[in-house]
Amino acid sequence: MVLRRRDTLLFETPPVIAAWAAAGGKKESEGPLASGFACLTQQADFSGEGCKNWEQAESLLQRKAADACLRKAGISKKEIDLAFAGDLQAQCTASNYTMRGLGMPFAGVYGACSTMAETLGLAACFAATGMARQVLAMTSSHFCAAERQFRTPLEYGAKRTPTAQWTATAAGACLLRGPGQQGVPVRSVTFGRVQDYQVRDINNMGAAMMPAAAATLLRYFTATHTAPTDFDAIFTGDLGEVGSALLREQMEKEGVPLPNHRDCGCLLYDTAAQNVQAGGSGAGCSAAVLCAHILPKLQTGAYRRVLFAATGALMSQTTFLQGESIPSIAHCVELGGGDRQ
Amino acid sequence: MKLNPKDYAHMVSRASPPSPVMRDCLWAFFVGGGICLLGEVLRRFFLAWYDPAMAGTLTSIALIGLSAVCTVPGWYQKLAAKAGAGTLVPITGFANSVVSPAMEFKAEGWVTGVGARIFGIAGPVIAYGTAASAVWGLLYWLVGKVG
Amino acid sequence: MNYLWAFVVGGAICVVGQLLIDYTSLTPARILTGYVVMGVILSAAGVYKPLADFAGAGASVPLLGFGHLLAQGVRQAVDQCGLPGVFTGGLTAAAGGIAASLLFALLAALVGKSKDQN
Repeated sequence: MVLRRRDTLLFETPPVIAAWAAAGGKKESEGPLASGFACLTQQADFSGEGCKNWEQAESLLQRKAADACLRKAGISKKEIDLAFAGDLQAQCTASNYTMRGLGMPFAGVYGACSTMAETLGLAACFAATGMARQVLAMTSSHFCAAERQFRTPLEYGAKRTPTAQWTATAAGACLLRGPGQQGVPVRSVTFGRVQDYQVRDINNMGAAMMPAAAATLLRYFTATHTAPTDFDAIFTGDLGEVGSALLREQMEKEGVPLPNHRDCGCLLYDTAAQNVQAGGSGAGCSAAVLCAHILPKLQTGAYRRVLFAATGALMSQTTFLQGESIPSIAHCVELGGGDRQ
Repeated sequence: MKLNPKDYAHMVSRASPPSPVMRDCLWAFFVGGGICLLGEVLRRFFLAWYDPAMAGTLTSIALIGLSAVCTVPGWYQKLAAKAGAGTLVPITGFANSVVSPAMEFKAEGWVTGVGARIFGIAGPVIAYGTAASAVWGLLYWLVGKVG
Repeated sequence: MNYLWAFVVGGAICVVGQLLIDYTSLTPARILTGYVVMGVILSAAGVYKPLADFAGAGASVPLLGFGHLLAQGVRQAVDQCGLPGVFTGGLTAAAGGIAASLLFALLAALVGKSKDQN
């Protein structure tokens, strides 16, 4: 049974995340969450495995996350009924080419850095209602593929501003199954509405995305009559240091302070020591934190109930150059056990 | 939500850490000055054999070559991440802005990648520099005619 | 002494660029373009030649010097051949630098490829 309360879909009999896996590159392997990754590489160009360019490398990274997830679940790719995947490359090609190799029914999704929450939410809906029995939700990003597409060539000498964020070279994959099975329950999904508060600085994505995170969280709390303290932690996507500070300030103003807020962009790296400026970003950032940190802790019982609200900035290079402001979105997934009142 | 774009702009500028201007400027000064000093050493060297105009051109070519050599293994990018305008403003920065897309877009082919995007960053510099010089040339010619 | 002035003047021109980066929202590409155009203007106004005589490479190596080179080239060409010099002067003077950049870039593309910054 699925219940709709305003924008929030509540699963009376929750589907579960039965298996998950994160894959990452060198910087991620030097970060605080390294031990949670299923697969880490020091050679993120994968030239040793036949990749000729950064786009192929990202596809392979995503494939590694998918394979590790299927291995953990103990099933073959043929048993997947449907996969939701997306990434940051134009036309979502990293996912398209990963899926070329996997050959499973596939629905491509674009939500920029919010993609993990978006695919997870969609997969949960399909698994909850029995429209698919085994659903894959995944996403990836690659620093080098993103840099050459959105910013400048990799060898171009430029200084990064302190508000800039570092695109993670990471991928995350989750396998969802229907209610009653082993795994971490998905209690509810809230698909966000696009917010735009006229931020135009692409070197300050956290600030551009903060209103989306605040709006979705507020809608969720109102719809479900819950408060932030009902959760062990509230994770936002990749707001980074700047966006996180802004979010706490805004939620304070709204009368809903977030004492247990954590941000995936600040968790994936040691922001003080790893030269990532304001923190991590990219679709793979929140995906990796979900699969390497949040889900393992829910499994062991270190967390009992959390919110995972990944944020995405929905502009393109073209709209940016045309002077458009940056629209953003946040999708929120409620994870974990605990009885609902 | 208790938020409007105007107030948010203030909130954002308050929350965003400023660039460390003093440190940035010291880096820019010493690295940029150092590249110019190297240029002066090269210029003096070439002046022993060539007239000032050719010595200047050869100095540029030598620095451009050096910049390319440093760009290939990634040293120029690493230095620029600290030096900022110190590596951007000298002619070596111009060379880096031509060499780096040439290397980057090799994956898209020699004509459609390298060739098409080689001036992706430096193109505007040449275009508007040439346009400005043409405007100046026209004025100079007109003044000569009138005078 | 000339070496010292080359260092100081060149460094100072870079500091101005750094201040523009830190205090304005100008992107590096805009700053470079602005520097070249400004070099043409300063040269046309007669300000840049004395600086170049004084500081040598300190004035000619920064991109302002590239603008100065274009402006001087146009001026000489107009002196020599009149109106057609408007078209030929600038790029003729800058030919060495532009061609060198292109050729070294092609060579670099031949031997190198972009690397991960992680």
